[in-house]
This record gives sequence, C-alpha cells and structure tokens, in this order.
Amino acid sequence: MAEPLALETSGLTKVYGSGHTEVIAMRDASMRVRRGEVVALLGPSGAGKSTFLLCVGLINAPTRGRVTIGGRLMQDGSRSLGDLRRFRREHIGFVFQKSNLIPFLSAVENVQVVGELIGKSSSVAKRRAMELLDALGVGRRALNMPTQLSGGEQQRVTVARALANQPSLILADEPTAALDSVRGRQVMELFRDVAHRHGTGIIVVTHDHRALDVFDTIYEMEDGVLKPATPATTPPQRTATH
Amino acid sequence: MNLAIRDIRHSVGRFVLTTIGVGMLLMVVMGMGGIYRGLVDDALVVTRGVGADLWVVQRDTRGPFAEVSRLPRSMVDRVATVPGVRDAREFVFHTIQRTHRGKPLRMGVLGLGWPADTGEGLPLIAGRPLGKNHFEMIADETLGLALGERLRLGKEDYEVVGITRWMVTSGGDGIAAFTSRDAQAIQFDEPGESVRLEREARRGRAGEIDFGRTQPGVLELATGVSGAIAALPGPAISAVIARLSPGVEPDAVRRAFSGWGDVTVYTAAQQEELLLKGSVDRARRQILLFRVLLTIISAVIMALIIYTLTLDKLHPIALLKLIGAPNRTIVGLILQQSLIMGAIAYGVGYVIGLRVFPTFPRRVLVTGDDLLRLAGIVMLISVLASLLGIWKAMRVAPNEAIG
Repeated sequence: MAEPLALETSGLTKVYGSGHTEVIAMRDASMRVRRGEVVALLGPSGAGKSTFLLCVGLINAPTRGRVTIGGRLMQDGSRSLGDLRRFRREHIGFVFQKSNLIPFLSAVENVQVVGELIGKSSSVAKRRAMELLDALGVGRRALNMPTQLSGGEQQRVTVARALANQPSLILADEPTAALDSVRGRQVMELFRDVAHRHGTGIIVVTHDHRALDVFDTIYEMEDGVLKPATPATTPPQRTATH
Repeated sequence: MNLAIRDIRHSVGRFVLTTIGVGMLLMVVMGMGGIYRGLVDDALVVTRGVGADLWVVQRDTRGPFAEVSRLPRSMVDRVATVPGVRDAREFVFHTIQRTHRGKPLRMGVLGLGWPADTGEGLPLIAGRPLGKNHFEMIADETLGLALGERLRLGKEDYEVVGITRWMVTSGGDGIAAFTSRDAQAIQFDEPGESVRLEREARRGRAGEIDFGRTQPGVLELATGVSGAIAALPGPAISAVIARLSPGVEPDAVRRAFSGWGDVTVYTAAQQEELLLKGSVDRARRQILLFRVLLTIISAVIMALIIYTLTLDKLHPIALLKLIGAPNRTIVGLILQQSLIMGAIAYGVGYVIGLRVFPTFPRRVLVTGDDLLRLAGIVMLISVLASLLGIWKAMRVAPNEAIG
C-alpha cells in the first residue's frame, strides 16, 4: 500500500466577511505534498499564502474545502478545536518569520516543551531536544535564553522545536526573512536535509528566489489562487507536477 | 517542566518585588486580625485572671469594666452567706493617670481581695504575688516599671514586686494590681487641704444644728477622720466576685440573688459577653470591616498583577496554543503563578509580621487558627485573582503568535 501523503488539500477556500465586505482570501487551493518533499510557496504580499498556511496548520478553519494530513482528514468542519489542537501538537511543526521562541524558556526548554506536551517524560523530551539541537549545530547554546542567541541560532532552535514531535508536516512562513543571504540559504538547506532525513513534508512560504534550487516543488499564489510555478519565474524542472 | 516557575525565574526581580508588596498587604490583614484577637484577649485577661464564677455589681449597671459600679464593702459578707457561694471577695477597678519620670503614666488599678487573692492568678513573668496587705504592687510590663521600683501614688510609695505580661485594659493601658485597700486609697486619695476644708465644712454643718450645739463631742467627731463617723459610708468597692462550691450551677445561685434589690449579678460568661459587646464591640466591628476591605483590596491588587503578568505573556501563550498546548497547560501556568505568588506573599507577610507586630503599642495576637483561616483565604484570593488572567488567556488566538 502506498505511503499516505504528508498533505493533501482540495478546493480550499477562505472567505472573510460577507455581502459587499466579502473578501476571498483563498480560492480552491489544492496541493499535494509527499513525505520528504520540500515545497516552496511563492507570491506577493496579500496573495493568500499565510491564509493557506493557517488553514493547513489547522489554526483557521477554511470556508470550504478539505485538508488531509498524513492520510487523516482534518479540516472538513467536523473536528472540535480540541481535536485540531491535539493533532497540531502531535503531527505539525511550525517555523515563522520571527524566531517565535518562548522568551522565558532556554533553547533546550523551548524544544523540550513540545515533547512534554505530547506526553513524553521530562528526561526523554530533554534528551530528544538535545539531540535535535546538536544535530542543528546549536547544542552548545542549549542553556542560553532566546535573547542570548543570534537570529540564525534562534531560527535553528525554532526548527528543532518544529521537529521535536516528529511531525509529518512542517509549515514555515518566511523563515529566512530576518536572516542574511548566507544564513538564509543555510536554513533552507537545513529544511531539505530534515525533510529527506525524517521523511517530513515541508511547505516554505518565501520571497527569497536565490535559494529556490533547494526545493523539490514550487507553487505560486496570486490573488488567492494557488498554482504550480510557471517556468518564467522558476526553473521548469522545479515546478509542481502532481 | 513547570512553565509557571520558568516564567517567574525569567522575571524574578519584578515577581519578588510584587510578591513583597502583596505580602506586606497580607501582613496588614494578618495584623488587623491579630489586633482584634489582642483586643479581646486583653479585655478578658482580668476577668479570667481573678477566677470569678459570679460578678455582683451595682443594680442596673453592667459592671466595673463597662461603667462605674459602687457597692458597700459589707456586700462581700452578704454575698458570702448565699448558699452555693464558696467565698466572696471585693473587686476594685478604676483607671488613673499620673506623671512618672516626666511622662504621663496611665494605668488600670486593680484591687485584689487580700488575703484570699494575692494575684497568683495573674500572668506573672517576673517577681512574686503580693506578700503584704499594703504598699506592694504587681505592674504590667507595658507600664515600664522595674522590679523593686517604687512609685508614689497618693500619699504612699508602692513597691513593684511582680511583673505581668499582656495584662492591660480594653483601652490598652497597663494594669497594676494592689490589695483592694490600697486600690481604694489610691482611688479616693484627697489632698490634705481638701480634707481640712471638708472637715471644717462638717464642723460648720454640725454647729448649725441643736445636736451639734448641745453635744461638744459631735463637733469634735466632725473634725476627725471620716472612718470614725458611723453615719458616713466607707469607701465603695466596684464589685464583689464570688467563687462557687464545686458542682454548683452559676445560674442557680444567680437566681438566688433575684430578690436583692440593690445588686445585679452576672455569671463569668455574661460578664465576658458584656465586656466584649460593650467596650470592645465597636472596635471589633471596625477592625473586622478593615479586614474585609483589605482582603478585597488584596484580591483586586493580586488580580490586576496576575492580569498584567498575563498581558505580558500573551504572545508566548498564543505560541503555546499554536504548538498545540492544551488549555489546561495555559490555565495551569496562570493559576500556579497566582498560587505561588499568594503562598510566598503569605510567607513574607508572616515573617515581616513576626518582626513588626511586637513593636506595636497594642498587642497583636496572631493565633494558629487565624493563620490557617487566612492561608485558606489567600489561596481562595489567588484562585479568584487568576480568573481575569485566565479569561484573557483563553481569548488569545494561536494565530496571534504569527502576526
């Protein structure tokens, strides 16, 4: 039997407001992400990329459409908020533009907390957190507080946190925006390594066209419409073929 | 991992200062309760110390602690004859103010029914009970008198032979115990000139009547000491206190006095109740209201502090929700912080109180029961205080962590 996809969306639509104030933020967005696949999502500001991530991340409910993660149908309007939150902590990892670390926890505790939330003992969660930080090259900064870390180090800790629950899907919203080009590329390559090593599907919203060669697949979003990237903007072999 | 403790550790300075502030507020709440207890205990220390089963006082008065009560000394013998009464003693109590070492010295003068009562029942911390019928006194330490010190009251010097602790009037003045004769001598002391003028007035009045003019001895008697004139009453006592024989019901003996038209009789419990409902009641209610107000203020301040601390954490809370933390984790974070703050503040209040309360001019009596009750109230306040913060935290959406 074929391994389930990391993510499959179909007809995903998000409408804000109603009547003459109605805004369609996303229209019939469909996407398939295999395990171990790294997907870039391009598009100008206000195109609906973040809306797509919020719906896929089970944070905002879509107006229409379905989201299936790891073979499980999650967004069809039938799940409670508690169910969605539980699924999120067990199967999805998040990385955002700003490092978004919890300021009162050290680097290792920021990662450890995810493990404890999914029911691991404190010692097991801490060991796993240290392994991830070591693997991402920030193990020696484990006991530092977020304010004592550089932007690149913070982002690596965030990636480690996103991996702590061994998710089937990682969602990253402009994770390199606050980094210089070298650091930005390192983070993108880190995503690719993580995806290939852990079999995690990763969607990265980015404006950074310099690192697009890192991605397996590239999508574009404009005016709420999601489509495979055209050869005019990206190398043809990298566009979506699903 | 305990998120509440991690957050406290992160902003420990602010947390400590806030907790000390709340702690001092709780210390005041604790102190108000202690002042109330002290007030009650002070009020009862004398009534309990003399060990009376019945208090016989002037008719229709509420006893020497509430108002002036005057009885003839012969009342002691009358009371002693009532069936069920084991013994009866005079009780004298009044308040005086003198100057001592250049400062005002205000004291309650307690007359003991010597020789039956030497003050052994008083809370002595140094020295001994009274050993002589005259010129000795037992002073409370709040009066600032030392053992062996002599104090001039009226025309006599009184030596301090014993020191008591926390034997004060309901007004907070230290009490000094004397034999009842000495207490009366102090109470009814008059300057020599006043005595001479009174004697001359008596002589004048006697000289205006036939009996005085025809009996020279009467005029001579009129200029003598008052105690030698049978027609004049002796110094009054405040009350007669009676102890009952074992097994005798105080109420039963009290009913035996119902035919006496010149006295009112109270049991010890009634006397205590009168004391508390009379002179202490208003102060008690005032303190109670202060306690309630301070408790409410503490709750409001704690709620505001916890709410502010929560506002500072809205982003991490949204982040926790984003990564899937259940509501109980977030509620636990806020509630535990509130409880930790309440518990530490309570400890701070207690420790500061231990050092500060003894310096208060009135006794602050903090009992174990009151401490336990306050601990329960603080925990309740902590829970209530966290509700506002929890309400705010529950309204935070996970996508606020992204914006």
